[in-house]
Amino acid sequence: MTTGTLTAGRTRFRLPRKQIPVLATLALLLVMYGIGVSQYTAFSNVQVIFNVFIDNGFLLVVAVGMTFVILTGGIDLSVGSVVAMTAMVSAALLQDGMPAALVLVIALLIGPTLGLLMGCVIHFFEIQPFIVTLAGMFFARGMCTFISGASIPITDGFWTSMSQERIGNPQGNFVSISVLIAFVVVVIAAYTLAYTRLGRNVYAIGGNPQSALLMGLPVGRTRIAVYTISGLCSAIGGILLSFYTLSGAPLIGVGMELDVIAAVVIGGTVLTGGAGYVFGTVLGVLVLGVIQTLITFDGSLNSWWTKIVIGGLLFAFILLQRLIGIRYK
Amino acid sequence: MTDSRPVLTMTGISKSFPGVRALHDVNFRLFPGEVHALMGENGAGKSTLIKVLTGVYDTDAGATTLDGEPVSFTGPMQATAAGVSTVFQEVNLCTNLSVAENIFIGREPRVFGAVRWGEVRRRARALLARLDLDLDVSAPLGSYSLAIQQMVAIARAIDIKARVLILDEPTSSLDASEVAQLFRIMRQLRDEGIAILFVTHFLDQVYEISDRITVLRNGGLVGEYLTTELPQLSLVEKMIGKELDVLEGIEEHSRRDLATLEEGTPLVAVSGFGRAGAVEPFSLTIHAGEVVGLAGLLGSGRTEVARLLFGADRTDGGQVAIDGAASSLRTPAQAIDHGVGFCSENRRAEGIVADLSVRENMILAMQAARGWLRPIPRRRQDELVDKYVKALNIRPADPEVPVRNLSGGNQQKVLLARWLITEPRLLILDEPTRGIDIGAKTEIQRLVTQLSDGGMAVLFISAELEEVLRLSHKVAVMRDRQMVAQLANDESLDADRIMQTIASGSHREEADR
Repeated sequence: MTTGTLTAGRTRFRLPRKQIPVLATLALLLVMYGIGVSQYTAFSNVQVIFNVFIDNGFLLVVAVGMTFVILTGGIDLSVGSVVAMTAMVSAALLQDGMPAALVLVIALLIGPTLGLLMGCVIHFFEIQPFIVTLAGMFFARGMCTFISGASIPITDGFWTSMSQERIGNPQGNFVSISVLIAFVVVVIAAYTLAYTRLGRNVYAIGGNPQSALLMGLPVGRTRIAVYTISGLCSAIGGILLSFYTLSGAPLIGVGMELDVIAAVVIGGTVLTGGAGYVFGTVLGVLVLGVIQTLITFDGSLNSWWTKIVIGGLLFAFILLQRLIGIRYK
Repeated sequence: MTDSRPVLTMTGISKSFPGVRALHDVNFRLFPGEVHALMGENGAGKSTLIKVLTGVYDTDAGATTLDGEPVSFTGPMQATAAGVSTVFQEVNLCTNLSVAENIFIGREPRVFGAVRWGEVRRRARALLARLDLDLDVSAPLGSYSLAIQQMVAIARAIDIKARVLILDEPTSSLDASEVAQLFRIMRQLRDEGIAILFVTHFLDQVYEISDRITVLRNGGLVGEYLTTELPQLSLVEKMIGKELDVLEGIEEHSRRDLATLEEGTPLVAVSGFGRAGAVEPFSLTIHAGEVVGLAGLLGSGRTEVARLLFGADRTDGGQVAIDGAASSLRTPAQAIDHGVGFCSENRRAEGIVADLSVRENMILAMQAARGWLRPIPRRRQDELVDKYVKALNIRPADPEVPVRNLSGGNQQKVLLARWLITEPRLLILDEPTRGIDIGAKTEIQRLVTQLSDGGMAVLFISAELEEVLRLSHKVAVMRDRQMVAQLANDESLDADRIMQTIASGSHREEADR
């Protein structure tokens, strides 16, 4: 009797609303690529796409970490500085003659440690993530200049080989090791979010932290974990960046956190948390990369156009999310 | 019906918050296979007792046993693991996750750490089938109605081999057929031997479903009774601790004649007010001293009317005359300037500032009206606050207690006081009595009557027709976001006729022609 009426209680339509932002990003990416191919013959070369990955591998890794944080409804402003600090520390330690393996371990520990600390402050003292990670950002940036006021070149054999190694096909198209590492990170992250309790808790907390707590989920532990993960991703990103530039520069990656946030949001992750995918973040990073490539191909446009276009896209995507009302009431 | 051995006992439970003694030496027991209603006014300590039981709060004194073993839970998860599951008043699930995931998150079947989604969905379907629910388990929970969400919450609660199921006001947002469905599930679970602790404000529901009743008052235990041995009237008396003549008082209150009231210039007359997607254009006049009831189903546009009149939403068109002079109500600030006060239905999100004290909350609207550069002298504040704490019988009667420590009914009274202090000419009350107990309800109803006798105009919004009928001089009926009728509240008007109007909406009757 009542079963019929109750099942009819579904009010919203059945389209996979959650996927709409990701699909929109995918469509946008295809359109931009289409424009590129139609305008510039060289654009159709597969290497153009590979280069986008090569140039943005570190950004992708950092964005994956940011996706975790934003999915819980948080934000991590420290990522750009942590990337720079990791690169600086690596460069400085290598300059001092420390073995590469040890440098890698140390460099990869710094980011997560800072993330863990920030996560603990956010959780235990109930402080806004914005302000805590802002402090982390200043701290890490300050540490960069503390280590050295000037750029430190890296001449270590392992680093240069990682930098120059090309994995390619006989046609001469290739990617760097960094791209492979980034892909491994993406796959692990996607798996974690979709199939592990940690991942599902991330979504639950983003959906409704109060409910998550009352459902008995480890809210505190998960929250601390996402900032640690973001720190780890920033550290990996920093290593990849140092592979890419073969140096550590105190002012590199200033404002990178904002690019990363933009990429994550354009990739369809909702800033208030609870909805989004790592795959979307990959698309978001690609959108950013393809815009840059298009502007480079044009040659006559100022590189600031990249920012202008990203700004416009961000507006569009935030509005799109709002219109879809992806956060079910 | 029951075994002789209780599955759960609580003895000598005491709990205090800063400035509030929430529970004092309370005993409670629960037998397997019974529905046990926990009754009491707001602030009687029901929610606190439940939170103590499930480990959200720790106790100052007292002991809890489960199956004869002493237990002390540190949180809902631990309580749940031990077989004591709670479904809270507001659905505490994540609407962004799927139905199946909401049931199983935190204890998903896994293989090598990976969630087995197929298994999760299969088990969710099986569990929901047990409750006679046919849902798409992979759809987001948010795509279902609140009632369904409530059932999913119960499904989550009983999956964990629950022996004790606590339902804290599960019916407050359900309609009649949904309540029936819920009760069917409750009976089924009871027959399976689960002990159900049921908290509600609806007395009829208590008598329909419960086997045993425990009554709390002011944080103390009044007694435990078999439902069959406790007549409804005595239950109410035990809850409020005084005779029921207060209720009668309002019934007998002589209602002034609508025609007399509506002589002269209306205080507020709006015509053609409306907002696309929210409410169709309507016209309404409210005179000084008049109580206008706004009846209609949830979502029929009652709140939207109130928000337009208060300027919280902007009207698409139309005119408004205040005291006969053309004016406008485009922002809340303007409305307040014209002497309009608005008590939102959503007191938690839109009204009460939980961290501020009772005094600070009450003074807010008045201070805002004076402008922030002219602070109200502390002595004047204390006078006003004391007056309203007494007049509204706010408990605890301590103006410096943070409002978060007050019960829902008392929070509602603080909100009321906030507007009363500004001495509004038109007070809009949106569901002022929802979710509060009968004692506080009566007090608020009596207050509305007094205020209107004193010349204040009141727009009274309530889902309870009895209440609307008891208080209003004129009833405006909303249906499907339209004001379908305005009925004079004379002898001919009763709940049935209002309900017919809500149902049909066809016979349009203009009372204020």
